[in-house]
Amino acid sequence: MTQAALKGESVPSGLEPGPLDRRSKELRKQCVRCLLGGSRGHVGSTFSLIEILRVLYDDVLKYDPANPSWEERDRFILSKGHGCIALYVLLAEKGFFPDAELDKFCHPDGILGGHPDHVKVPGIEASTGSLGHGLSIGIGRALAGRVRRADWRVFVTLGDGECNEGSIWEGALAAGNHGLENLTVIVDNNKRQSYGSTDEVLDLEPFADKWRAFGFGVHEVDGHDTSALRNAFARLPYEKDRPSALICHTVKGKGIPEAEGNNKWHHLRAIDEAKAQAMIEAIEKY
Amino acid sequence: MRKTCIDMVHELAKQDERVVFVGSDLGVGTLDEMRWELPDRFFMEGVSEANMIGMCAGLATEGHIVYTNTIATFIARRAYEQVCLDVGHADLPVRFICNGGGLVYAPLGPTHEAIDDFALMRAIPNMTIFAAADAEEMREFMPQSLDWPHPIYIRLAKGHDPIVTQGLPPFEIGKARPLVEGSDALIVTTGITLRVARPALDELRAEGLDVGLLHLPTVKPLDTDAILSRASKSRAVVVVEEHSIIGGLGSAVASLLLEELPSTPSFRMIGIPDQFPDIYGSQADQLRHFDITAERVATEVRGLLRSAAA
Repeated sequence: MTQAALKGESVPSGLEPGPLDRRSKELRKQCVRCLLGGSRGHVGSTFSLIEILRVLYDDVLKYDPANPSWEERDRFILSKGHGCIALYVLLAEKGFFPDAELDKFCHPDGILGGHPDHVKVPGIEASTGSLGHGLSIGIGRALAGRVRRADWRVFVTLGDGECNEGSIWEGALAAGNHGLENLTVIVDNNKRQSYGSTDEVLDLEPFADKWRAFGFGVHEVDGHDTSALRNAFARLPYEKDRPSALICHTVKGKGIPEAEGNNKWHHLRAIDEAKAQAMIEAIEKY
Repeated sequence: MRKTCIDMVHELAKQDERVVFVGSDLGVGTLDEMRWELPDRFFMEGVSEANMIGMCAGLATEGHIVYTNTIATFIARRAYEQVCLDVGHADLPVRFICNGGGLVYAPLGPTHEAIDDFALMRAIPNMTIFAAADAEEMREFMPQSLDWPHPIYIRLAKGHDPIVTQGLPPFEIGKARPLVEGSDALIVTTGITLRVARPALDELRAEGLDVGLLHLPTVKPLDTDAILSRASKSRAVVVVEEHSIIGGLGSAVASLLLEELPSTPSFRMIGIPDQFPDIYGSQADQLRHFDITAERVATEVRGLLRSAAA
């Protein structure tokens, strides 16, 4: 592995670092609030997810924060549970729980842990954290929706590194076999996992072709381009009687130049006021 | 017993639209009638247990009572994390119907012999563990499984097992079933070891020893009151199980007695020693090989009572 790749001096996704609008910056600043609350967290995987979740919760999903178990809601499962801070920030903003909880991230008296727990947190549909679980849970829920001929849909967000897990491909086979048109897999394809780049650790390419081969309708999008994401979600399902896979090309750590593609920012510890302030300044300048 | 269990899934599904069945590449023809009658609630998945258990969790989260079936070791060992996290942590009503409990698959070797399933499942919070002695006990269990609010690990025996639950009080999940009360010694059984122990009980009582037998079809939650009230009056306790001596019913009872009784009776666990099964043959061959026999039960009880008297 080259030093340049380790430091993330080039952005391997083929995406040029693009600007972030005010809302994307504010959401990232709320993530920093949460990171400071717990003095730790998965920064890279959180920041690659922001625009995907923003578009889902602003424009795509049906939900009712006052009634998180509303029968007609869409089911969203964050299978890459370590990106949970991004989801916590959106759920707090939408009113699922008070945003003061963000300051108690990982605290003994808080409800927000380093991985999402559906028993504790309103709006979390499945407890994840151990990778490779969310897709199969989503398949079961999509099948249940089909049994009752419901209109609601199931969205499962995976990490690309998570797709190293064999259970993901067991699930992909099953979803294709069942022709689950009401299921959408979203991959936060940030091209990096804990140790290094995904092509060096365990190459997933040809990634989109894999999903096609497993029976999915596939679409690829810049995962930080909110209008492209909106269009991609509006086109669902991509093929009749098949599950859909939306591969979102993202930058791990997007929004803090030092963090982008830098594996040292996969999970940060000892985040203090000064570090948090530096992160906020970097986001503002982005 | 398996047929009783599986057939009753169909019966329950007819009565209750929450019930679904999920299998993993089972034998051809399994539950065909349910498949034709209730196709929306019958799923036959591939050889992918991790996915199957996650799917079951998803179905159960949406309000279904999920009966899922494959070989015990593939649920208890291979898909342990899905059983533990997706179902156990979420405390969902998934019923794991597990073929080949204990040494049933003796001809197939250690990959298929579920000698550690009680230990693995006991360690999962919220899990209930049921091991039937015969088809009658299974028949009593299944309707109660419908509304039990926790996941259940259902250990199946070989099939065509002799009926040995005659004379027991009615079955209730979580409750022990005393066959005979006795003040000298207590024999504790679960699953098919009721059949192993009954001849020993008859023999010991014929010898004039006042021996009781407590059958525990529910391994977890343990019916602690039933065990303690009898063990506290006994000089000896012998637990017989078709399971490793590590982590099974014997371990559970031993911990209970040590923690709760001011003076503990003499105690013996009869089970599979800390090793992988090292011969083939039949279940009966293996039970003899590991000395899980009526003769051994009788010998251990006599020996413990002699030591206690000395």
